[in-house]
Amino acid sequence: MPESYVPKEAIGHGDGGTAALAIGEAESLERRPSAAPPSAGPPGAPVGKPRSLWSDAWHDLRRNPVFVLSALVIVFLVVIAIWPQLIATGNPYRADLAKAQQGSQPGHPFGFDTQGRDVYTRVVYGARASITVGVCATTGAALLGSLLGGLAGFFGGWGDTLLSRLADIFFGIPVILGGLVFLSVVTSTTVWPVVGFIVLLGWPQVSRIARGSVVTAKQNDYVQAARALGAGNGRLLLRHIAPNAVAPVIVVATIALGTYIALEATLSYLGAGLKPPTVSWGIDISTASTYIRSAPHMLLWPAGALSITVLAFIMLGDAVRDALDPKLR
Amino acid sequence: MGRYVVRRLLQMIPVFIGSTFLIFFMVYALGDPVAAMFGDRAPDPATAAQIRRDLYLDQPLGKQYLHYMGQIFQGNFGTAFNGQSVTELMASAFPVTLRLTLIAIVLEMLVGITLGVFSGLRRGRGIDTSVLLLSLVVVSVPTFVSGYLLQFVFGVRWAWAAPSVSPEAPLNELLLPGLVLALVSLAYVTRLTRTSIAENVRADYVRTALAKGLPRHRVITRHLLRNSLIPVVTFIGTDIGALMGGAIVTERIFNIHGVGFQLYQGILRQNSPTVVGFVTILVLVFLLANLLVDLLYAVLDPRIRYA
Repeated sequence: MPESYVPKEAIGHGDGGTAALAIGEAESLERRPSAAPPSAGPPGAPVGKPRSLWSDAWHDLRRNPVFVLSALVIVFLVVIAIWPQLIATGNPYRADLAKAQQGSQPGHPFGFDTQGRDVYTRVVYGARASITVGVCATTGAALLGSLLGGLAGFFGGWGDTLLSRLADIFFGIPVILGGLVFLSVVTSTTVWPVVGFIVLLGWPQVSRIARGSVVTAKQNDYVQAARALGAGNGRLLLRHIAPNAVAPVIVVATIALGTYIALEATLSYLGAGLKPPTVSWGIDISTASTYIRSAPHMLLWPAGALSITVLAFIMLGDAVRDALDPKLR
Repeated sequence: MGRYVVRRLLQMIPVFIGSTFLIFFMVYALGDPVAAMFGDRAPDPATAAQIRRDLYLDQPLGKQYLHYMGQIFQGNFGTAFNGQSVTELMASAFPVTLRLTLIAIVLEMLVGITLGVFSGLRRGRGIDTSVLLLSLVVVSVPTFVSGYLLQFVFGVRWAWAAPSVSPEAPLNELLLPGLVLALVSLAYVTRLTRTSIAENVRADYVRTALAKGLPRHRVITRHLLRNSLIPVVTFIGTDIGALMGGAIVTERIFNIHGVGFQLYQGILRQNSPTVVGFVTILVLVFLLANLLVDLLYAVLDPRIRYA
């Protein structure tokens, strides 16, 4: 069966943008039995309670500078997404046309945009839309994908086949094109259509990973033993399979969060994602791109903020993967 | 082999139908192409009804789809609303995007695989860490940001490359856009190659090859690389279709009149025949590229046989 030689789920179906949902290296997670061998505690610690995969991973993560740094950046971003007033006292909509496109000056470190709005304030307020879309879309896609993929992997049969073909269909549609077509007819100015669309195209990726890891976990001896002892399907799934199959899903979801934020910005840049008056980095970059020769600062600040946000989430995903996947150490 | 190809082609049929129907549904059911033709004015009801009848829009959606697919298999992709036939638009757009994609793929393979091999062989050292960090940074800068930055720096400040591309789109003008298009995938190719090389370098066959006295470069190119390239080939294969669809952003930045440009215009103006026609071809390219990749496995790894 040559198709299964290389796990297809390793392949992000992308497009030119970072929207590429590629999680190339997560591939090795999918094949690996998720249960970590019970290891002895750290040297010197009382022998007895074996460390679980989770406490082992947490132990590693705390010592990983990449994780600590990206986690700090993310905490900061979440805080200013909830309370932007903490570090920006101005109003992101207040426009002073006399100052249009002017550069940095006292009290306005990032200068003004083409309508004379303070770029710093807009960059700070822009975090909210990006973080909301990223977190909600990832949660939605992870829940839907792991539910469908997990059930398909556990029960198999025609439902499994149907789901795999359905996932293939969604993979066949280029993400940005689908987004443009789907969102160009939406008139709502909230973030929800964008979130909905990303969930719609994002779940197949999670479901493939979840299905694979449930299929692996299902064959473990302890599952067979529990079944022989008379455990029902619900108990098997919730108590025995889910805790041992969830690690790859978490890794994929963390990395996907970063790419979803980039996807939202790309769609907003093309005019199909978020719409004004929502303050969004993608929209601001799109407006500023016309003036890149005369006033590059209008583009550079929101672009920098966007890139740092995406970088932080991708780095976090990377660190989590390293911690949860002992094979790569 | 032959039977395998036939089976794969048969498996592609439902996926093709599903994807195209989904796009067809989005374009025709969510928007109103007739209203879009009239812009802001309200169309005369009789005229609108006539157009609907001419374009087959008064039929139920399933029937419309069947009619459309029937036409496509006769080579008729319909007419864009400005009177140009969609096939004509394709003939002008696809060669341009094909060149752009080709440049992107070549850059991906040359730069990505080279960097990946170097860092994979020196795992954990300085060069490996810096390549890894650099690839992370590249992945996190969205294409539309890196596109404007490179255009500004290379095209405007230093004037090394043309900041925008002429309608004929010769290869040399497409180098910079090709790099922009390739950038994110290039980083993924680097990371994939690195992981794969780092895993395989400890394999028994590498030790055997070294032990029997083969020179190092021969072990790397003939044994290690060949065995490590399978995931990379998979990625690049799926990337072909994705790059062509994703060229929308790059083509907009550099004003290239390719597939992405036509699609963007088509979507903005709800020019449904253009959008559905182009996307249908893209889906087909994507599926065929996937098939090609699966066949390439056997070339790379003779252990894989197609029954």
